[in-house]
Amino acid sequence: MRRQYVNRVRRFNSDKLFDVVNVLIMLVLLVVFTWPLWFVLIASISDPILVMSGEVLLIPKKLTLAGYKQMLEYKELWTGYANTIFITVVGTVLNLIMSVCFAYPLSDKNFKPRRILLMVFMFTMYFSGGLIPHYLVVKQLGLLDTRWAMIIPSLISVYNSLVIRSYFMNSIPGELEEASLLDGANSAQYLWRVVLPLSKPVLAVVGLYYAVSHWNDYYNALIYLYKAELYPLQTVLRNLLISAQALVNDTSGITDAAAIEEAFNRAMTMKYSVIVVAAVPMLCIYPFVQKFFIKGVMVGAVKG
Amino acid sequence: MAAVRLKKETLGRRFVKDLKRNWIKYVMILPVLIYFILFHYWPMYGILLGFKDYKIKLGILGSPWVGLEHFERFFNTYNFWNLIQNTLTLSIYTLLVGFPIPIIFALLLNYLRKRRLKKTVQMISYAPHFISTVVICSMITMFTMQDTGVFNLLRGMMGLESIDFMADPKLFKHIYVWSGVWQSMGWNAIIYVSALAGVDYEMHEAAIMDGATKIQRMIHIDIPSIKSTIIMLFILNMGSLMSVGFEKVYLLQNSLNKSASEIISTYVYQVGLIDNDYGYSTAVGLFNTVINVILLVSANMISKKVADESLF
Repeated sequence: MRRQYVNRVRRFNSDKLFDVVNVLIMLVLLVVFTWPLWFVLIASISDPILVMSGEVLLIPKKLTLAGYKQMLEYKELWTGYANTIFITVVGTVLNLIMSVCFAYPLSDKNFKPRRILLMVFMFTMYFSGGLIPHYLVVKQLGLLDTRWAMIIPSLISVYNSLVIRSYFMNSIPGELEEASLLDGANSAQYLWRVVLPLSKPVLAVVGLYYAVSHWNDYYNALIYLYKAELYPLQTVLRNLLISAQALVNDTSGITDAAAIEEAFNRAMTMKYSVIVVAAVPMLCIYPFVQKFFIKGVMVGAVKG
Repeated sequence: MAAVRLKKETLGRRFVKDLKRNWIKYVMILPVLIYFILFHYWPMYGILLGFKDYKIKLGILGSPWVGLEHFERFFNTYNFWNLIQNTLTLSIYTLLVGFPIPIIFALLLNYLRKRRLKKTVQMISYAPHFISTVVICSMITMFTMQDTGVFNLLRGMMGLESIDFMADPKLFKHIYVWSGVWQSMGWNAIIYVSALAGVDYEMHEAAIMDGATKIQRMIHIDIPSIKSTIIMLFILNMGSLMSVGFEKVYLLQNSLNKSASEIISTYVYQVGLIDNDYGYSTAVGLFNTVINVILLVSANMISKKVADESLF
């Protein structure tokens, strides 16, 4: 009796302490996650000189929209934006169509070549030809230096398709198929009228994964694109920031110290606003889909 | 002979029957199969390049064989061990820090009593995952800039001198790994959060009756319950030990930190697409892929034996 009481007191104290420490850790993490993003945001609307001298840390000071105004005149950025929107919209739609074409037949236990095809597709998750063989294939197909080079080589992600497949298998009752086939529907009608409407959550999550990977894609442009008018947002952004950096280091052409300083400050202001404009769209979308994220992670899905 | 023939026929007939019944599914899977053949299996044929002296005019098949020459050249190149060391340093450091932190984060989230705080922390922790590598690397470069970068401004306020972070090869791994933790800890915790949600609450109730503290419950109930998820992800991580992602290292690389930031994948890019040495680059890439497959298969085998968990 007494031991139990002592136990309970000890547990009470230990758990109390644990809860307090836990909440403290979470508050620190909140700051760690949000402050860098917050800083970029306030730096983009503050006077660059104050930003560089460390006076802008928590709240914006001497508000100015100079960075954004200057961005409006920066044409390359808008071409980049248009390219990225095209790649993201067209790419994601095609990705989803192809992933459903992957997932639906392979989720049917009566589909005879199911096992062998799964093996053929999943093998590519672990083994690939590498950079140059991929590059040569894209070149040979005539996709090099076209918008399609950003879309077609990454048409299907095996992982994302497996997530959809495991949703089809586990979350859609098999009786629905029997019932609709008895009603005289074929499997295409069943897919369109029953399966897809029931799969909206998983399609939303996987669609978001695909959209994010297109929006943030830098690698494919680096490898497959040469024409500047095809560059996506991320490439334009990178080049702009590099040239801002170069301006700081390479001042040989300009002799007027004030002019150097002004050019430098301008580059510095625009840096932050460009980052805001590039990152905000995806940061605004994900919270709407986040309650479905759990559906998008299944280790079991990758199990062969 | 006759028996074999009979079996073959029935297999063929079974396929035709299946084709008639499931033709819609066959039509659907056809473009998928074509995609995989074109963009995954055709490049695998290109691996032959790693054993050839590639001449564009002669094509892959027509170019002369050189055997293992490219591999020998790679093993004897002056920075071979430097490349291996840099790649392994980044990946092992990432594994040591980046693997346990999301597990601990998920466990702590699980014991958070205030639901609002839990939801908020979780949602905000996902944010960095949706920011592009280009933006992350630009932020790192700006924040760590000498004198004017905000990290150096904060150091100045604490009375410390300003450091040019990106110019110091010794600091590269820390910058890479800890920014990686910031980027992915929330996202990587999702899988553990969902596994923890499936833990039987009756076990916790029994433990509470016996006077177990939260930390004891964590160690004796939660961790054993999500063990198989942890092992599975560990195998996957082992399989990519030698494949440190190209993009982030490439974007953080500069001439001053290159002795710590040149890794296999950036080297493959440099010799392949900048120097146009196709055969050599393919060979280096193949070496990397093969090591990864070996690591994945061995990790899978070991865990099958030791913990009775396996990926395939």
